[in-house]
Amino acid sequence: MKDIEITGRGFLDYAPAPESTSILNLKDSYGLFIDGEFREGSGGAFTTISPATEKPIAEIAIASEADVDAAVQAARNAYRKTWSRMPGADRGKYLFRIARLVQERARELAVAESLDNGKPITESRDTDIPLVAAWFFYYAGWADKLDYAGLGSAPRPLGVAAQVIPWNFPLLMLAWKIAPALAAGNTVVLKPAETTPLSALLFAEILQQADLPPGVVNIVTGAGETGAALVRHPDVDKVAFTGSTSVGREIARTVAGTTKRLTLELGGKAANIVFDDAPIDQAVEGIVNGIFFNQGHVCCAGSRLLVQENVHDEVVDRLKARLSTLRMGDPLDKNTDIGAINSREQLERIRRLSDIGEAEGGERWSAPCDIPQDGFWFAPTIFTGVSTSSTIAREEIFGPVLSVLTFRTPAEAIAKANNTPYGLSAGIWSDKGSKILAVADRLRAGVVWANTFNRFDPASPFGGYKESGYGREGGRHGLGAYLRSGASTEGGKR
Amino acid sequence: MSRLTVPKTYKLFIGGKFPRSESGRTYEVATADGRFLANAAQASRKDARDAVVAARAAVAGWAGATAYNRGQVLYRVAEVLDGRRAQFVDEIAAAEGVTAAVAGRQVDEAVDAWVWYAGWADKFAQVAGAGNPVAGPFFNISVPEPTGVVAIVAPQGGASLAGLVAVVAPALVAGNAVVVVADEAHPLSAVSLAEVLATSDVPGGVVNVLTGSPAEIAPWLAAHSDVNALDLAGAGKLDWVDLEIAAAETLTRVLRPEPGVPERSLDRILAFTETKTVWHTKSLL
Amino acid sequence: MTIDTPALAPVERAVRVLGGDLTERGLRQHLEGLSGVDAVGLEQRAASLATRSIKTSSKAWALDRIIELIDLTTLEGADTPGKVRSLVAKALVPDATDPSTPRVAAVCVYGDMVPVAVDALGGAHGDPDDGLVSVAAVATAFPSGRASLAVKLADTRDAVAAGADEIDMVIDRGAFLSGRLGKVFEEIAAVKEACRREDGTSASLKVILETGELASYDNIRRASWLAILAGGDFIKTSTGKVSPAATLPVTLLMLEAVRDWHRLTGEHVGVKPAGGIRSSKDAVRYLVTVAETVGEQWLQPHLFRFGASSLLNDVLMQRQKLRSGHYSGPDYVTID
Repeated sequence: MKDIEITGRGFLDYAPAPESTSILNLKDSYGLFIDGEFREGSGGAFTTISPATEKPIAEIAIASEADVDAAVQAARNAYRKTWSRMPGADRGKYLFRIARLVQERARELAVAESLDNGKPITESRDTDIPLVAAWFFYYAGWADKLDYAGLGSAPRPLGVAAQVIPWNFPLLMLAWKIAPALAAGNTVVLKPAETTPLSALLFAEILQQADLPPGVVNIVTGAGETGAALVRHPDVDKVAFTGSTSVGREIARTVAGTTKRLTLELGGKAANIVFDDAPIDQAVEGIVNGIFFNQGHVCCAGSRLLVQENVHDEVVDRLKARLSTLRMGDPLDKNTDIGAINSREQLERIRRLSDIGEAEGGERWSAPCDIPQDGFWFAPTIFTGVSTSSTIAREEIFGPVLSVLTFRTPAEAIAKANNTPYGLSAGIWSDKGSKILAVADRLRAGVVWANTFNRFDPASPFGGYKESGYGREGGRHGLGAYLRSGASTEGGKR
Repeated sequence: MSRLTVPKTYKLFIGGKFPRSESGRTYEVATADGRFLANAAQASRKDARDAVVAARAAVAGWAGATAYNRGQVLYRVAEVLDGRRAQFVDEIAAAEGVTAAVAGRQVDEAVDAWVWYAGWADKFAQVAGAGNPVAGPFFNISVPEPTGVVAIVAPQGGASLAGLVAVVAPALVAGNAVVVVADEAHPLSAVSLAEVLATSDVPGGVVNVLTGSPAEIAPWLAAHSDVNALDLAGAGKLDWVDLEIAAAETLTRVLRPEPGVPERSLDRILAFTETKTVWHTKSLL
Repeated sequence: MTIDTPALAPVERAVRVLGGDLTERGLRQHLEGLSGVDAVGLEQRAASLATRSIKTSSKAWALDRIIELIDLTTLEGADTPGKVRSLVAKALVPDATDPSTPRVAAVCVYGDMVPVAVDALGGAHGDPDDGLVSVAAVATAFPSGRASLAVKLADTRDAVAAGADEIDMVIDRGAFLSGRLGKVFEEIAAVKEACRREDGTSASLKVILETGELASYDNIRRASWLAILAGGDFIKTSTGKVSPAATLPVTLLMLEAVRDWHRLTGEHVGVKPAGGIRSSKDAVRYLVTVAETVGEQWLQPHLFRFGASSLLNDVLMQRQKLRSGHYSGPDYVTID
């Protein structure tokens, strides 16, 4: 055979393929969405920027305590006068309308999401936004079937739901919160994350197009203080939060002693367990998808790779080779695999924890990536030689950093996987079904992915054990977070 | 002349054994009209700690037993309890100052509640679980699993046995292990129930019974990192808001106080479960 | 009870990897020890590779490279010398309106048409690396492979003697599915021997697995590995006569086998998806899959081929579009 020359044409350096932003018609500034209309906030304003370029996108109002109060009042009025009295079938029709409008404006929403969040357009286009539409479709159908939700006959809505969501999947988290709440008959005040308010405000425009009655959904933007004001508001019946465990803990304290119902979807430190009989190429893909999807800004990310010791070197070699093909850069380029870190603050946290990982003796390897000049970037990184006591094996990093640990037996894998205060998710890779089921049984995690990872579906309940929070989102179980049980599940006495 | 009785020493129930409080403390238990009945052990924070350790050690075995087996064991409790009906009637009548008929109805309710909950052991997962039709080539199933260690403040100052059973039995159904602080004023039936549990087939550590002051013990349980859920059913008269705040530190699940003896309900079983969703790829190739 | 472990031909590659005492049992154990394939994960990886967006300069490069990797194929019972000469003409000058258009890598024909193809190519017959066009012949009772070994070997020798540079053989799928892996191995090894010319050189051997008949991805991985061990220079997906023919997940899986062989031995083995690849868009996805699985050094005629016929004209229309800025139509490319 002839010598093989590398062509040098650099086919792999695919020419830029940017998604056009012309589809997006943004205003220079956005107010608060209260009682069906945009209004000025009284708490000042902040600028939302693109984390890939640090360029400003729009001015966003900050909701003061008074604004939050107005939003809760609007939600209360809408609950009392329209939404709780409306037949479930009609509530469902509104949700179907919303689902369709999301589909119609999918590309626009995807561009906005990638611009504001920094995630690759392929993810916002192929994962986030389609799931948003799916979530509304799924719960739309429940609105007139609540008697069948397993909560007894005629379960009742809770009232006004205060919802605070994170920046990692801005619109998807909104959908996870709003769709079941409305289907169950509650009204909503939602606060998007400070760094990613844009898609929620476009969603407010969609609600106007859907002609949703005023006050049923209110969106208040701002930072932590706005969220705190919303959570402690006395006229709120339900609090739903997705975000960090530390904030979740604070919310649980705030809600203590009230009659408010609470669901929390918090942090994680998921083990992704690779057995020596795993389908190895798919496992490598699963590891990559598990921790580098969305720059690792995923609460259920497979941030601890537990690999059976006898295949450790092979798996790590293959993983490094695969990571070398990932492209980091412009989130709006259709060939980008790794986008920008969402904020400077988050980037600093990732850097700090990675430095600790190195200082504690972990062996650091980063994929060779050209780091753009502006914006917030962190190359996909793996640490080998990590022990269970290492900081990076215990603390949630929420970034593209993987810690690799080894195990010898299934029992040891299970013990190490469970050895964390978190319990959100876990992965198992093996070709042996019986072992997978037995390991899945013993993992203390709310979602277990076997031979796959980071899959989400509106029909599938999601949520954590232990310090990863409580309550489930998705599926029939997700409705339970927004309904009071009907009578027939109680009183088995007679 | 009547025979001189042999009174029982009422002790704690931890890890399947009946120790005195490590603190050496006891407190007087009296009848409704103030006559001395017994000295009950007054559990300390260290007893609470030991109870949590015993409960944690018992979780894997109890949760790992087949649902059918747990149902059988719980039903066995009802059998043994019913067999000792007379003892409980006497104890309750004396302690709570009610008639034998009222005490009898309470014991019957306790027995029937055990039977009702025993029957749920191999059914609740079918009712509360789900096969999820996800949009992709995946097998997807959700099942409720036990939360782990459940700390309970039993209903206080009312029907002591029925109240205790109403909170302990549902927590056991899914496979949790329990640390329960009994009715402070009427702890004797709780200790006698522990004897029932010890002589049925419930593994040691699955139920741990502490007598003493809920106000003293509950804060230690609420703040304990290895307690997964906190049932404040009987904590209405305590500073329960502080207990809920303490529980927040490790995101312990909290069931807020409710008056009287809680109704039998599936919700009470499910309150101490975690839904686990398992995905697996599905393909012919 | 005796365990039937017939010895196998001491093929150099297999001996190196499996050791000296080559037996069917040893081969089977080796193949069964390969890591399993999760079908859903494989297909999802292929689907994600298919979302790559190849634009402007990358696209222009890709279109030319696709042409340079095509085995322009006619495999009909109704093939005639005229048809083959027409195919050769197209192979040499794919687009008469644009002299910058590269030639295809090879023409692929039935064995009896090899003399016609060689004759029609004339001085243009040779190594695609030198800008010439090779002649590939299907052999071994293509497409079913249902003939005796003697017939298959005669078929091969005949084509090589007539001037074929490359032999596309089929494996015995019946033997493979019934567990007679040794038979499949021995046949490939024997055909490889039959590719040898009198001057000591050898025609290149492409081993067609006919993946559409192998029932599972696990089988395709084992068959790929088996074909490599037995000496195949290329592993090829399909005859084009069975549906499904080439698919992106199957090609990805075979590329993974080739990659793993390279990791193990440093040797390069080629991959040829054949059948069903009709559009430029599809073909670009294969290029992406090659580049991101084994590296873009595999994108050369000695290591990657498309078995196709109608693909060429679609690529030519795309090429014309890139050059002129407006869309072309089927009347502006020639039918062969």
